[in-house]
Amino acid sequence: MKSVIAEHLVKTYRNGEVKALDDLSLDVEEGTVLGVLGPNGAGKTTTVRILATLLKPDSGIATVAGIDVAKHPDKVRELIGLSGQYAAVDETLTGWDNLVMFGRLYHLGKLTSIKRADELLERFSLTDSARRPIKTYSGGMRRRLDLAASLIVQPKVLFLDEPTTGLDPRGRQEMWGVIQELVKGGVTLLLTTQYLEEADQLADEIAVIDHGKVIARGTSDALKKQVGGERLEITVENTDITKTQEIVSRISTSAIHTDVRTISAPVSTGSIALMEALRALDEAKIHPLDIALKRPSLDDVFLSLTGHVAEEEVIAQPVKKKRGGKK
Amino acid sequence: MKHVISDVMTITKRQLLQLARIPELLVFSTIQPVMFVLLFRFVFGGSIETGQPGGYVQLLMPGIFVQTVAFTLAATAVGLAEDMKKGLIDRFRSLPISRGAVVIGRTFGDALLNILVLTVMAAAGYAVGWRPTSGGLSIFAAFLFLFMFGYALSWIGIYVGLAVKEARTVQSVGFLVTFPLTFLSNAFAPTTGMPKALQYFAEWNPVSTMVAACRQLFGLKNEFGATASSWPSQHPLETSLLYMFLLMAIFIPLSIRKYKNTSN
Ligand SMILES: Nc1ncnc2c1ncn2[C@@H]1O[C@H](COP(=O)(O)OP(=O)(O)OP(=O)(O)O)[C@@H](O)[C@H]1O
Ligand SMILES: [Mg+2]
Repeated sequence: MKSVIAEHLVKTYRNGEVKALDDLSLDVEEGTVLGVLGPNGAGKTTTVRILATLLKPDSGIATVAGIDVAKHPDKVRELIGLSGQYAAVDETLTGWDNLVMFGRLYHLGKLTSIKRADELLERFSLTDSARRPIKTYSGGMRRRLDLAASLIVQPKVLFLDEPTTGLDPRGRQEMWGVIQELVKGGVTLLLTTQYLEEADQLADEIAVIDHGKVIARGTSDALKKQVGGERLEITVENTDITKTQEIVSRISTSAIHTDVRTISAPVSTGSIALMEALRALDEAKIHPLDIALKRPSLDDVFLSLTGHVAEEEVIAQPVKKKRGGKK
Repeated sequence: MKHVISDVMTITKRQLLQLARIPELLVFSTIQPVMFVLLFRFVFGGSIETGQPGGYVQLLMPGIFVQTVAFTLAATAVGLAEDMKKGLIDRFRSLPISRGAVVIGRTFGDALLNILVLTVMAAAGYAVGWRPTSGGLSIFAAFLFLFMFGYALSWIGIYVGLAVKEARTVQSVGFLVTFPLTFLSNAFAPTTGMPKALQYFAEWNPVSTMVAACRQLFGLKNEFGATASSWPSQHPLETSLLYMFLLMAIFIPLSIRKYKNTSN
């Protein structure tokens, strides 16, 4: 059964000038995780806000657990948990205050709210800072508290909008752990991210969106296949570049690509190609600094689907931008 | 919905908790009105002839009370805009809580703060020689008027906060509305000195009718405010009540509807 369905959602801003969602459709099977992957401005937040009853689409229908979000927002709100893109908690209050307050707003009794707050703080390793104002929390702690607030009553469907954006690698790892725990508990999760690796790690299925449209969807593996097979990547000293290019072009069937000192090309024969390359390099007395057979990453998926790199990644890894020529 | 009261109380309690967690907030929200009392009392107090027994401070205090209460508009608006900016309002809207609870709760919180502010100001006024001469019941009625006026303005604040969204702009809008209203009134100086057109404005200005109403309820002759024998200056109590009623009748439904439809 599908827990979340969005059909032909359209949302425009400024009298139609900005098309945030342009006929977007997706669905999430009950008990699974859908990763909605897209760069800045793709329409991730807009999608989540519509599904979480915060925004009405111009047209299109969305249902959560079979209930129309536009027609019965109150009913939907009883079933969902939402943790938005930016931690939305009261900064001046303590973590404990916040969770008790949200408990009360979910209509739990006073004592139950307190008990639940204590449990969640414990579960998200926030017990030590429970009595400190949120203002003094780190980004990771804030995010965890925000997530805790969306889990006060076990939601049937959980929406997480970029749960790890802005976290350092450790914070991200922690958050992934927390989310994986949740998923084991059987919640249906729709999670948005700009991080290809994150979708790969957490999601059963991925919907890639760009300019308000789903441009591809499937499992991480299926998407990778869509981009093609493995790539041979060899890094060598500057003096050996030309010779190495020659060798690779003999092995590979398609265009090779050089990025500083790394030469790469798609290969169809897998490890045989790798051994061939090693032998040829050895004969030419070239000692590669690095040699590897790479499965395509989601970066590559994104690139080949959209023709441009996810924007965050351009900033984080400028080198990869050059691969734009590959398309 | 059956949870309305508990939802409203939770939201109001949150605001009180904020004050408890940051006591400075409390100090600053009372310090400004007290400062006004002292400044006006000692800067202008000596130079303005009033003909009222007890001197300028008797006329001044109702003016400062009303002005301070009028700033509730900006306070409510800014508080709400900040909550929106931080995404807190979105979160509240994603919860299964009753429709108006978030905004009603905020107006209650700001109203409770006003009780405290009015108490502190009354004490400061007393310390610098303010002595209402009417009976206890009238004095109570005056404070009830002030309280209700603040509450009514709070609902305009809700609307402004929801409409403008950006806390800093909201602050400016709040002041842009409140400053002219409080100064184009009888609060600090007689309206007789103003150009004719402004006099009409000043007399129909709800701040003026409130100030005149309070003066009357505190036991002063109603002369400093009444200059042109217009209806509002003759009937400040009735006019003020009417204004408060109108403001709430317009802005409560308007704000609650705006809240329901709001989205960034
Ligand atoms: N209130 C608004 N007014 C005008 N344009 C808007 C508004 N909200 C969103 N947009 C536009 O709609 C598009 C989609 O925005 P959305 O916030 O859904 O993107 P996103 O995928 O969440 O991006 P990010 O990764 O930056 O969070 C963007 O082009 C954005 O500028
Ligand atoms: Mg977003």
